[in-house]
Amino acid sequence: MTITINGQQVAVPSDPRVSLLDLLREHLHLGGSKKGCNQGACGACTVLADGERILSCLALAVQYEGRSVVSIEGLSPDGSLHPLQHAFIEHDGYQCGYCTPGQICSAVGMAGEAKRGLPSAVTADLAADAVQLTHDELRERMSGNLCRCGAHNGIIAAIADTFGRPAVAEAAE
Amino acid sequence: MTPFSFARADDAAAAVRMGGAPGAKYLGGGTNLVDLMRETVEQPTSLVDVTGLGDAIEERADGGLLIGAAARNTAVAGHRTVRTRYPALSRAILAGASGQIRNMATMGGNLLQRTRCTYFYDAAARCNKRVPGAGCDAVEGFNRIHAILGASPACVATHPSDMCVALAALDAVVHLQGGAGTRSLPLVDLHRLPGGRPDMETTLEPSELITAVELPALPMAARSTYRKVRDRASYAFALVSVAAALDVAADGTVRDVRLALGGVAHKPWRAAMAEQALRGQPATEASFRAAAEAELADAAPLAHNAFKVELAKRTITAVLAELTGDRA
Ligand SMILES: Cc1cc2nc3c(=O)[nH]c(=O)nc-3n(C[C@H](O)[C@H](O)[C@H](O)COP(=O)(O)OP(=O)(O)OC[C@H]3O[C@@H](n4cnc5c(N)ncnc54)[C@H](O)[C@@H]3O)c2cc1C
Ligand code: SF4
Ligand code: FES
Ligand code: FES
Repeated sequence: MTITINGQQVAVPSDPRVSLLDLLREHLHLGGSKKGCNQGACGACTVLADGERILSCLALAVQYEGRSVVSIEGLSPDGSLHPLQHAFIEHDGYQCGYCTPGQICSAVGMAGEAKRGLPSAVTADLAADAVQLTHDELRERMSGNLCRCGAHNGIIAAIADTFGRPAVAEAAE
Repeated sequence: MTPFSFARADDAAAAVRMGGAPGAKYLGGGTNLVDLMRETVEQPTSLVDVTGLGDAIEERADGGLLIGAAARNTAVAGHRTVRTRYPALSRAILAGASGQIRNMATMGGNLLQRTRCTYFYDAAARCNKRVPGAGCDAVEGFNRIHAILGASPACVATHPSDMCVALAALDAVVHLQGGAGTRSLPLVDLHRLPGGRPDMETTLEPSELITAVELPALPMAARSTYRKVRDRASYAFALVSVAAALDVAADGTVRDVRLALGGVAHKPWRAAMAEQALRGQPATEASFRAAAEAELADAAPLAHNAFKVELAKRTITAVLAELTGDRA
């Protein structure tokens, strides 16, 4: 009974009440993922499960047995920075930094969704194959991640810089 | 959280067997149930994980679409056939929650998510749904988000699902499996109005499992949409929402229409009266408004939600006008 967390096999907690977020933070001392609300409302606990963004606060760890979970600590190997992390620094995508790990994991998952052609609530043409990650699309797709410091403009700029342009280019092909 | 045991079901029969144990509950993505367990509103003693059961989305020979109950909300909203033949369903799902929650949430769990009435969540408040017979703090309390149709003195809560509103409009059918075998019922008959028993929210038998949702072949659904009115542009529950499909004949009259409302009642509200009022009428704003008036004639607003009556009428009218406009 194990979960793969950032590439490491980890035993599933014996108490099924343990959330994936508490497994990360309390048991494994991976403090990047934050407990902002513990009720699904803020996105600070966002991690990737088999590449898909989920909220670790609403996930019972035991339900993720056999799956591969990546948190901010495992996003890029050996202490290097993910291109999106560089972009956050460049665009001032944070102030206090509390929401940042969740924002970054969420944006990585969001980019995968866009690449698969998944529409959003603001996509005008549901039949279109390619998604153009416009400013409005990014804001809607990232609306599950709140930032109390109001760093949204920098956050969206960093994400657009990293994922927006390639997606637009692909769509134009 | 109250302690509980956890088991994964490998097939529907095993799930139903385990789900029949006293205190057992099915677990989908957990996005509603885990939250309610943390608040001790729900206190199951065992959880049966049903996310490993059928999640396929299959086209049927009769032109319908069968969606496994474990299909994730994201998978359904993004499915080609749903996007092109049942766009109201894609739009309704995408209007709800957030990308992360839609990746976790299942079809079955979305259908059975519980009300967002704040008194229901608040253990210090009186709530007939949480504690039968305790009273209802919403009736005389802050009831801006509550029901205007089909409520009772015992409970004025609304059903919060966006997806269900589209399913109600699109004639969806729910497939079930229980101790006594399998059956199916129209989605509009799955949820109950509160009456004197707001704690009884559905017509399901104890431990009955939702196995799939079926969308019938409905060619007019290709021209369908969903509009949600809420307090902020994204990531908020509906104050009022409308799902509609419209078929306008060459002479400009309404050949057929499907209409359902969200945010107004204890269940997704199929607007049968408005539909009846519209069939055969000219597809004009005046007819749309008259149909909306007919549906809302029995509305009984509370102290803080009278605005919902006019909001519902205007949203119905605007959505039907939008569907007509696309026709040119
Ligand atoms: C912050 C936040 C915002 C949200 N915003 C919206 C919104 O705007 N619009 C909206 O529509 N929803 C919204 N939601 C609710 C969300 O859509 C639901 O929580 C979700 O759909 C529930 O699905 P689940 O699979 O996680 O269900 P779970 O939480 O796992 O289960 C919910 C219920 O369904 C039962 N169940 C699950 N599967 C089955 C089955 N196969 N058969 C029988 N019973 C079953 C469970 O026993 C439980 O009672 C929001 C949720 C959160 C946390
Ligand atoms: S409206 Fe219903 S759910 Fe809300 S407090 Fe009253 S009884 Fe409870
Ligand atoms: S901590 Fe998980 S969404 Fe806020
Ligand atoms: S940077 Fe402070 S909450 Fe976002």
